[in-house]
Amino acid sequence: MTQMTFARAINSGLRKSLENDPKVILMGEDIGTLGGVFRVTDGLQKDFGKHRVVDTPLAESAIIGTAVGLAYRGYRPVVEIQFDGFIYPAFDQIVSQVAKIHYRTQGAVKMPITVRVPFGGGIGSPEHHSESPEAYFTHTSGLRVVSASNPQDAHTMIQQAIALDDPVLFFEPKRRYHDKGEVDESIDPATAFSMEKARVVTEGKDVTLVAYGPLVKTAKDAALAAADEGVSVEVIDLRSLAPVDFATLEASVRKTGRLVITHEAGQSGGLGAEVAASITERCFYHLESAPVRITGFDIPYPYSKLEMHHLPGLDRILDGVDRALGRPNSLSGLEG
Amino acid sequence: MFTDELGQGGKAPDGPDNSANHHRGTGESLIQLITPGGERVSHPQYDAWVRDVSDEQLASLYEDLVVIRRIDTEATALQRQGELGLWPPLLGQEASQIGSARALRDDDFVFSSYRESGVAYCRGVDLPNIIKVWRGNASAGWDPYTVNLATPQIIIGAHTLHATGYAMGIQNDGADSVAITYFGDGATSEGDVNEAMVFAASFQSPVVFFCQNNHWAISEPVRLQSHIRIADRAAGFGIPSIRVDGNDVLAVMAATREALERARHGGGPTFIEAVTYRMGPHTTADDPTRYRDANELEDWAAKDPIARVKGLLDRKGLLTDELEARVAAKADAVARELRAGCVNMPDPKPLDIFKHVYSTPNSWLDRQEDHYSRYLASFGDPAGAPSEEGAR
Repeated sequence: MTQMTFARAINSGLRKSLENDPKVILMGEDIGTLGGVFRVTDGLQKDFGKHRVVDTPLAESAIIGTAVGLAYRGYRPVVEIQFDGFIYPAFDQIVSQVAKIHYRTQGAVKMPITVRVPFGGGIGSPEHHSESPEAYFTHTSGLRVVSASNPQDAHTMIQQAIALDDPVLFFEPKRRYHDKGEVDESIDPATAFSMEKARVVTEGKDVTLVAYGPLVKTAKDAALAAADEGVSVEVIDLRSLAPVDFATLEASVRKTGRLVITHEAGQSGGLGAEVAASITERCFYHLESAPVRITGFDIPYPYSKLEMHHLPGLDRILDGVDRALGRPNSLSGLEG
Repeated sequence: MFTDELGQGGKAPDGPDNSANHHRGTGESLIQLITPGGERVSHPQYDAWVRDVSDEQLASLYEDLVVIRRIDTEATALQRQGELGLWPPLLGQEASQIGSARALRDDDFVFSSYRESGVAYCRGVDLPNIIKVWRGNASAGWDPYTVNLATPQIIIGAHTLHATGYAMGIQNDGADSVAITYFGDGATSEGDVNEAMVFAASFQSPVVFFCQNNHWAISEPVRLQSHIRIADRAAGFGIPSIRVDGNDVLAVMAATREALERARHGGGPTFIEAVTYRMGPHTTADDPTRYRDANELEDWAAKDPIARVKGLLDRKGLLTDELEARVAAKADAVARELRAGCVNMPDPKPLDIFKHVYSTPNSWLDRQEDHYSRYLASFGDPAGAPSEEGAR
């Protein structure tokens, strides 16, 4: 076990993938000489060469589009989109090509492409640097979407994503890049806990609280605070956003009867809507109250002085827990 | 190079249509080895690239041109008869496709658009598989790796990036094969094509950008896409370009061979503008009489790619009755095979729609497939797929 930051844990996972498979190739803007704007790829070009860790021209569609061609040639590209808000020029290549080529070619051509995306807010950035675009991709068939919440998962899941023969959107919570944790680098990703499984990170019996990426830490803190008031919150780290591991969520909700979902992305059409609808379909008669969503607002990501109003924090999440439990809360007395 | 005249009008998109200038498509600035009248003219630089083409090979190119035109005609007929949902005719572009595709090696890899049926034929795609997608029977007609030809791309220009990435892979592998990508004049306005040229130039990747300037992007004339000649755009990326008579199968072959050799020997990308003309509609759903002049068709009919090879064969005394009979018999046989393969194609099964979305199991999709199979089973007859009109 080694103490390392979230960013270092990904770096270490990337290094292992580069070592284990000569077909793995990293591409992106500033990932080589600089080591990435967040230093996630620090030192990798120096150790693996310019042909395996490639600084590309500034064109996101081309970064993804050439990765498609490399995948056609048998490579396993891992591309970095520098910031969440920069992914849209590549949207067509991701949605119309990466996601569909396996289907289009009837299984003949595999697209083992991993798209790493630093995402989410909380770092005081200007526009386009704090977004949570995951729902665009969870809505796209042919893609898998995951998000790690801690250094160990980041280390293991990046290797699992790269090894998978299907394309994976890998969302990295950038405000957690400097969080430290214990990482066991000897874990074999092939036999480790599956990337597709959700994980119960805090056990509880009164309310199920579902989070992913940057808000897992917030959710765990909320559970601790709730415990002080005698409320037992079960926190689930979703990890896989598409497909969602509904079996794990169902088991929890059948036990607690109450569901709160939280994410930074806006509410309407977000992942919380999918979780709420699916859990309602699957275990309606076990629910004691309507699912509650505590999310970012349906606004463009706001200027940083106000971003903490947009981001679900510990208190807003606890307010949602109170609502799920029918306890007094900020919306008490309001219909619907 | 080869840019001494402006061949496509040079008018602002909203300016008046100077068609006299606009149609000066196959003038002396183009690489041309066979005139529209069938005369073999020498070219100081490009003769060498086709010096090895024997009389027999010339006859074989003639056969290819006739056969692919027949495939195209038959496919259009099949669409009109309701056997295909849609068909994008290549009529008029035969020489661009045959001349370039016959220059390729088996280990070169092609990324094409949807109109390159002639290229698919040259790569050895089974005839019915050329039209399978247009019949709606499958999402692909062939496995790309069996013929080193990606399945046709419908998003305009998107595949030029795939070719460039594939070429980067060739470089990493230390191989001497080449990626070639086919697209049209309209595609050169797309960001992806421009980004592909940036990447190809920066990495000096072995990729050939083969643009068939067929003068029309559905209803939009080429002068709306570019204020300068298409080939001239390449210079801005630092990519050498060739402007070739796209209705001249030998000239196209010569230009493509030059570009391929450059790529194989570390010389990086080349841009080829094959100046040709889309004689038919954009697709069978299009009506070109709404936007273009019949005179323009006449002009281009006089530059027909097949007539000029036939003329050359005649001048050389090679156009024998035997050759004509052999080519006609081959075209007839191919048309018969295409038609039979089309009408006898087995229908796909309903649950096939769930196949190959992922290469590994997916819990969301598995559940939907399970539920839909139960729904289908509720009709009793497993083949009793619900119709659009409903069964209740």
